Amino acid sequence: MGLARRLYRGEIDVDFVGKWRLWYSLSGLLLVVSLAGLLINGLNLGVEFKGGTIFSFKAGQTSVQEVRQSVLDEGVHQVIVQQAGTDGWRATTESLSEETRAEVQSAISKDFNVPVDQVSIQAIGPSWGGEVSQKAWIGLGVFMLAIILYLSMAFEPKMALAAIVALVHDLVITAGIYAWSGFEVTPATLLGFLTILGYSLYDAVVVFDMIKEVTAKLGHTSKQTYSMAANNALNHTLIRSLNTSLVAILPVAAILFIGTTVLGAGTLKDLSLSLFVGMIVGTYSSLCVATPLLVTLKEREPKYQAIARRLASTGGGGKGSKGSKSAAVAKG
Amino acid sequence: MLLALILALGGTMFLQKAFTPKLGLDLAGGTTVTLSPVTQNNASPPEEILDRAVNIIRDRVNGTGISDAEVAKSGDNIIISIPGVGQNEAIKLVATTAELRFRQVLAVAATQAPQNLATNAPTPSGSPSGSASPSAGTSTSPTAQPSKQPSTKPSTQQSITTPSASPTGKALSSALTAPTPAASTPAQDGNGKQQTGQDGKNQEQGGKKGQEAKASPTAKATPSGQPSTPPAQEPNAGIDTTGIDPAVLQQFNKLDCSNPANRGQGVQDDPKKQYAACETDGSYKYVLDVAKVVGTDIDTASAGVRQGTTEWVVQLDFKSKGAGEWGKLTTAAYNSPEPRNMVAVVLDGVVITAPVIQGPIPGGRAEITGGFDQVSATNLADQLKYGALPLKFNRSSVDTVSSTLGQDQLQGGLIAGIIGLGLVVLYCLLYYRGLGIVAVLSLVVATILTYTAVVVLGHNAGFRLSLPHIIGLVVSIGITADSFIVYFERIRDEMKEGRRTLRAAVEVAWVRARRTILIADAVMFIAAIVLYFLAVGGVAGFAFAMGLTTLIDIVVVFLFTKPFIALLAKLKFFAKGHPLSGLDAERMSDTASTGRTTTPQEA
Repeated sequence: MGLARRLYRGEIDVDFVGKWRLWYSLSGLLLVVSLAGLLINGLNLGVEFKGGTIFSFKAGQTSVQEVRQSVLDEGVHQVIVQQAGTDGWRATTESLSEETRAEVQSAISKDFNVPVDQVSIQAIGPSWGGEVSQKAWIGLGVFMLAIILYLSMAFEPKMALAAIVALVHDLVITAGIYAWSGFEVTPATLLGFLTILGYSLYDAVVVFDMIKEVTAKLGHTSKQTYSMAANNALNHTLIRSLNTSLVAILPVAAILFIGTTVLGAGTLKDLSLSLFVGMIVGTYSSLCVATPLLVTLKEREPKYQAIARRLASTGGGGKGSKGSKSAAVAKG
Repeated sequence: MLLALILALGGTMFLQKAFTPKLGLDLAGGTTVTLSPVTQNNASPPEEILDRAVNIIRDRVNGTGISDAEVAKSGDNIIISIPGVGQNEAIKLVATTAELRFRQVLAVAATQAPQNLATNAPTPSGSPSGSASPSAGTSTSPTAQPSKQPSTKPSTQQSITTPSASPTGKALSSALTAPTPAASTPAQDGNGKQQTGQDGKNQEQGGKKGQEAKASPTAKATPSGQPSTPPAQEPNAGIDTTGIDPAVLQQFNKLDCSNPANRGQGVQDDPKKQYAACETDGSYKYVLDVAKVVGTDIDTASAGVRQGTTEWVVQLDFKSKGAGEWGKLTTAAYNSPEPRNMVAVVLDGVVITAPVIQGPIPGGRAEITGGFDQVSATNLADQLKYGALPLKFNRSSVDTVSSTLGQDQLQGGLIAGIIGLGLVVLYCLLYYRGLGIVAVLSLVVATILTYTAVVVLGHNAGFRLSLPHIIGLVVSIGITADSFIVYFERIRDEMKEGRRTLRAAVEVAWVRARRTILIADAVMFIAAIVLYFLAVGGVAGFAFAMGLTTLIDIVVVFLFTKPFIALLAKLKFFAKGHPLSGLDAERMSDTASTGRTTTPQEA
């Protein structure tokens, strides 16, 4: 049977939990690399964080040099010109006074034969980005607190902890990818980051719900350790996880595609890019980080330790928390 | 029930003949200005001060005659949305700091606004002069009260000293008095000390003033008696021009307060210069002296009912430095002939009130009385409080989107949405086959609900669809689809265990899936709420869209998907596991036996 068919029939049994060493080291490595990236490269902050002015307009036949020259002629010191889509142009400059803004606008209008009112201007004060990121941090804090409370009530504190750790993991790695790749970070990117939080949790919640259901049956006579049961639950929801992630990523990919090819730089691209990256990381972490972590936490509980010991001594349960092929066979 | 909901939303759409959502400025073209308050230590400004600032900015924007502009608070920020382009003047105007100043009135004239004659008619009868007669009476209200003044019944206690106010009609509602009104009032509360000394004197002064007022009414009546002639024709009639800067006088003569655009809302008046200003409602114009006292000299202001009466008054306390200046200003005004016995309160370039001074006011405490009701008293007190702590703003972002760029973004968003939806539909059909149809139909229902909700919200709650909304909606397709996936997988799990018929499996799976869906949606909803309330700029819109679709998702799953599947389960096609139903034997494979065993994986 091919993998696709097995997937379709839901007949897969991957030992996610048992390979926790692999996942932990992989994630650890990714985290270290990401943090290093953040420290060494830092994030490529967009003009929204530094303050500046962006002129966008549509003009058919021109070149980066021409746009550049046209803007520089008005006494602007720094300008970055980007082509956005097929005939869109975007010139980013330092913060300009009201007068200079109007001058550049009319210069562009004259040089490229665009009506003045078709030259879009976006002027951002230097404090704006600070405010946006401050709000984002507060939002992040409040959100995590709310989620910990909610998940502690709906499930249990250990699940909340595991979910939050997975979440931080996703954020750091996504930020690391941004640091290494040099993708521009704009307020829209932050928005994407914040959305990933919801998404990454959403996925973990569905998995945890199943784990809760399966492990509720564990008792003195059960033939499964917590690890095995959790792995079982994970495999049960694997199809759903993959399907859900795919279904979620498809529209985001569509936005990313449109945003990049048709519109060029802008909100659409920035937002969808961070969502795209974050969702992929999030899918990985809900399978390979959140659940193993939960298991590590739970196996320490006396009740589950007892089960693990009993099964280990009778040899019926494989190698305890590490899980194994035989553990997978044994599930009922 | 679902049908009823759709019909209700659809019906509203039809009734209001509104079939397209209202678009935000990033899609329709226009300018969005975000103002951030500048405060010490970045502390949040008090809510009421911020609200007041929003009102002032709204007045300014409306004053420029731009229609459809919106001024709204978003956290600590103020967001001004101005549709269309080329509104640079308005943009310049909104960010300046609105300040409050106290200026002695040097001259005053009624506005002759032809279009206002019907309502604002202090003039035609020439009555103002008549009203100046009272020497001590209680009935000084000018006969031709402008009807828009809420307080046509003149407050008795002030009338004695306000004859001068009546010709102008405007001060009728507010006399700035010494701690207690000069005479004849039942209000002998509080501040007795100051008032006792002045009582008698004020009586006397009142009488004297009445006479003064009588002496001048001819002058007053002149401008007001000729409603139809433009003000420029006989510019300075009846105006004592001594001490008035000729340049300011010229401005005064040119000033046409009947047009809101000319009233000077938002003008930064230099406190060191004389200034020609309009009353907020445009009914009067003034020449004002330099500002001897400014808003920041105010300590507090409050509105309240005077003890023992039902009369609303506004209390005003000055800081120590301001108190001295205030004493000097009121003394000077008090000793001046009408109309120079008035002190105008100028907020953001326009006169919000110009009460008559009824006596020197030392001690830094003053009370404004005269025909206030709760609303107008609170309003004035708020304005004064704002003046004490004017908010400075930073224009943290100015975003002008041309109509073509907006259109492109809209198109891009829609195309992305359609492609995204298409891909999801395709995937559902390929993977779930027959069940996929349920998913697709559910998505269609969700789309219809979302669209109508957006349209109805747009027309009834001022909701404007912007780019972040569209992205939020597109991204949410995944979340909506996930609910179906959770449910479908549960059904298949149940079927695999082999002990149930499809009809039973649908029900058992539902109970389990329902809990998962609700918990997962709750997480999304918490995320949306947190983002909405703590966000800046477009984030709030995105969060709103996310919250909205989460709710719609629950509605659709409960009211459409579940009943629909239950219905399908009765069909042979599904119940017998037709290969195309998504519930076929192949799909369920060899799981009919209990105690599922699985081939070990080669990892």
